[in-house]
Amino acid sequence: MYNGTILNLKLFRLSAICAFFLLTGLLPKAAFSQEAAPAGTEKKFDAKETILEHIGDSHTWPVVAEKFLPLPVIMYTDKGTDVFSSGKLMPEGTVYTADHYSYKLEHNKVVVVDASGAIDEAASKKALDFSITRNVACMFMAIIVLLIVFMRVSSAYKKRVGKAPKGLQSLLEPLILFVRDDIAIPNIGVKYLRFMPLLLTIFFFILLNNLFGMIPFFPGGYNLTGNIAVTAVLSVIIFFVVNLNGNKHYWKHIFVPDPWWLFPIMIPVEIVGIFSKPIALMIRLFANITAGHILILSLISLIFIFQTLWVSPVSIIFVVFMDAIELLVAFLQAYIFTLLSALFIGMAIQEHHHEHEVL
Amino acid sequence: MTGMIGTMGMVLAQATAVGVHGSLGGLGAGLAAIGAGIGIGQIGGKAVEAIARQPEAISKIQTNMIIAAALVEGVALFAVVVAAFF
Repeated sequence: MYNGTILNLKLFRLSAICAFFLLTGLLPKAAFSQEAAPAGTEKKFDAKETILEHIGDSHTWPVVAEKFLPLPVIMYTDKGTDVFSSGKLMPEGTVYTADHYSYKLEHNKVVVVDASGAIDEAASKKALDFSITRNVACMFMAIIVLLIVFMRVSSAYKKRVGKAPKGLQSLLEPLILFVRDDIAIPNIGVKYLRFMPLLLTIFFFILLNNLFGMIPFFPGGYNLTGNIAVTAVLSVIIFFVVNLNGNKHYWKHIFVPDPWWLFPIMIPVEIVGIFSKPIALMIRLFANITAGHILILSLISLIFIFQTLWVSPVSIIFVVFMDAIELLVAFLQAYIFTLLSALFIGMAIQEHHHEHEVL
Repeated sequence: MTGMIGTMGMVLAQATAVGVHGSLGGLGAGLAAIGAGIGIGQIGGKAVEAIARQPEAISKIQTNMIIAAALVEGVALFAVVVAAFF
């Protein structure tokens, strides 16, 4: 036994940290403090509003506490295009007069107001909002990361032909081969190479955005794949790819059911099926990711609802557990979306198998 | 049978009279949770039985179980989305 054996134990260091936090629980100011509010305007913590704000979109990119990065607001109105920084619209409720109309932020949406600040309903409906919101900016960031990583990997493959993969290549090779061998080839068959770029893009785009959404601080923490518009676009892409690549047997299967007398039921069912499969893809991804974010935010909000430090060990342990599950869900949802896309593409391009007559 | 329905109706009426907080949406989401629980429980149970029968196939069984669980969970989440927004 050497000197200082008690102080060196990992367990001792761990218990010192726990003891520190337990002792802070004894100090009433630290344990029960609330945000300092001027007398009479104490705002009760509204869990629902906070959670909806965190999973939604916003026109600024929050960095830390109250600091944010202003993002461009682009409004297509019938009088022309207005482009200005959203910093001019913060704090919420400030009226800003641009070239054509005046604007104000109302619940994170830009609405057209007249000079005094009253909302102009008709003009707000006609003005199209093409702003670079936080989701758009973070999506661009994820796209740039994807482009950089994959261009490096592909150039490394070109330079190191025949040699063992090294570095970033060896990190991504198992994932890429997984998509090829376990998703593309079993479901699409021999013609898989044509669809590999689409499947790889979908897989890594969804995976990267899910993972970035789980990072709680600055550039992460956004909810892109939990935004139904984004998942709708992905499923519309799949819809077009499946139906534009459908061969004769695919359409025959839909419009000419096997026993001809079933056609009044089968044709509507099959037509609904063409649309319901991409819609299911869209809702599955959106609901899984949004539900995960809401769950974690609710567990953290428990601390604020009970307004005491003693709830935090329980809350933190739950949140760590839920974060591990959410990590699994991030991979799983990317995998399932890609798998089902490959399945639908495979069903559309497969050659006719001779059906046996059932006697 | 009618007796049971009658008592359930009385309980619901008294509950609404006292003031039950919540909405039909919450009820719908709860029913979806029951469905998900039963479905995923069945999947897990059969998977564990299959592993007990043939332990060397454990990784294939596990993979398929996770995929089936994600699909069933998807159905439950459709119901939650409809409950929340309609």
